[in-house]
Amino acid sequence: MATLAATPARAAKTASQTGDLIARLLALGFAALVLLIAVILVFALWNGSAPSRHSLGWSFLFSKNWDPVTEKFGALPFIYGTAMTSLLALLISVPLGVGAAVFLSELAPPRLSNALTFLIELLAAIPSVIYGLLAIFTLVPLMRRYIEPFLKGTLGFLPFFQGPALGVGVLTASMILAIMTFPFIISVSREALLAVPRDQREAALSLGATKWESTWDVVIPYARLGIFGSIFLGLARALGETMAVTMVIGNDPSIHASLLQPGYSIAAIIANEFTEATGAVYLGALVELGLVLFCLTIVINAVARLLIIATTRKGSGRP
Amino acid sequence: MHLRWRKTVNAVMLGFTGVCTVLTVSILFLILGYLLYYGASSLDWNFFTKLPKPPGELGGGMANAIVGSLEIVGVAALIGIPIGFVAGIYLAEYDDKTFAAWVRYVADLLNGVPSIVVGILAWTLVVVPMRHFSALSGSVALAFMLIPIVTRQTEQFLREVPMSLREGALALGASKWKMIATVAVPAGSKGILTGMILGVARISGESAPLLFTALNNQFWGGGLSQPTASLPVIIYTHAVAPYDDWHRQAWAAGLVLIALVLTANIAARMVLARGVSVPRG
Repeated sequence: MATLAATPARAAKTASQTGDLIARLLALGFAALVLLIAVILVFALWNGSAPSRHSLGWSFLFSKNWDPVTEKFGALPFIYGTAMTSLLALLISVPLGVGAAVFLSELAPPRLSNALTFLIELLAAIPSVIYGLLAIFTLVPLMRRYIEPFLKGTLGFLPFFQGPALGVGVLTASMILAIMTFPFIISVSREALLAVPRDQREAALSLGATKWESTWDVVIPYARLGIFGSIFLGLARALGETMAVTMVIGNDPSIHASLLQPGYSIAAIIANEFTEATGAVYLGALVELGLVLFCLTIVINAVARLLIIATTRKGSGRP
Repeated sequence: MHLRWRKTVNAVMLGFTGVCTVLTVSILFLILGYLLYYGASSLDWNFFTKLPKPPGELGGGMANAIVGSLEIVGVAALIGIPIGFVAGIYLAEYDDKTFAAWVRYVADLLNGVPSIVVGILAWTLVVVPMRHFSALSGSVALAFMLIPIVTRQTEQFLREVPMSLREGALALGASKWKMIATVAVPAGSKGILTGMILGVARISGESAPLLFTALNNQFWGGGLSQPTASLPVIIYTHAVAPYDDWHRQAWAAGLVLIALVLTANIAARMVLARGVSVPRG
């Protein structure tokens, strides 16, 4: 009797164990695919850039010439353009973004704060080609007619603000990048600020600090790692941004001191020239630019994630 | 005097943070306003039914780009969602510490890889062997972007499912995969679905990885193996072209694209808001 009952039960048990094993292996395989994609990506970039790495070597990174006709390729103007636009963008978006994050976490009532954060996060969902479209038809004319002549008139003695007001250029690209990065800065900084324990604020206020002094001297320093993390996240996004920059940077592969002059970025030259590239070295040079961009964003993203993980696990500042 | 100075600084700086917030939020409304203003006047029935006209001729539409976008994004979703979903289940349910941690970290890094670099990958894997541009290569590029998004979202929302539900199912004798299929995934389904919608909305606005994979097409695409027009790419080519009528069409296409993307985003958040205790993605 006992053995009869045990047999089907054991059969069912082994069947479910095989099922479990199959399910586990299947899930493992799909998870491994994620790793595989990353491996293939690195391999494709490394392999694809081989012709240019072999024929140009390290000088590729430091040369200023970009002349497909004579097969001279140098990445410097693009690295400069990418770094310059991204850093300028941060210069604009960090004060704005952190300021807004302070308002949303410290001053606004929770319901208003959540609603405004939702709107700001919608900004992050807008496709970059739409930012580019608006930049071409609204920001560029605005820069050409008003902002650039104004900058030349007031700060024209500096080398950064000289040359004709074209509308397109490094400064315009930086402004559109600033708009595209601050949703990230705001939403991540706000999380970091909200994670500051409430008693930190109360302690500062009870010592007689004003609201601003408690925010500036206590809350912001407490959340600084998360805020830095949000800035790095914005930087990574700005470095890799393609469409909006391509549409307004002016696409000129040379390095000008003036921010009003056109420039070029790594992502923009890949977007513009990849389909036209003839010859193994030309194509290899474009893939190598992709490799440079990949390495830059990987490093900066890794730093951002570490910083964000370090802060947002500390308990909530507000009930 | 000193106190008054401190109070002034307080008021000025707090006011400044308010101004920052107003500025940033108003940009959203500026963008929507411009798109509505310029886009709505160019949007007509032809836009949805006609093919693009050559430069110089007025009229025409972007029917091929709308269908092309649906095709490219649809196939990308068919490839990316199942892979990301199952990989996410692995991370949440079979967490074996080291391997899962690696997958998680790599998925996050892939999420941050610039889309144009992902385009190079799809170009290497699909365009080079096939020797021509195709809708399929565009779909592969977008799928590569979708997989890490869906993986992490699925994992995150499965982790929100209380352990006691899983233990209940296992205690009743369910095998692990049965527990996952009938208890864990249904309990987290709202969030998982939201993550998928947001992921698809994100890739449907991408143009950079399509530039040298799906390319573009002035006519109806010839299936997955042919170059195919898509809305984001056609917005780009029309916006940078020197023809006024093309600019008008670009605004209309921009309005359609942003309507799709924002609707998906708002719908996804509303689904989530009605859910139980899940954080906003």
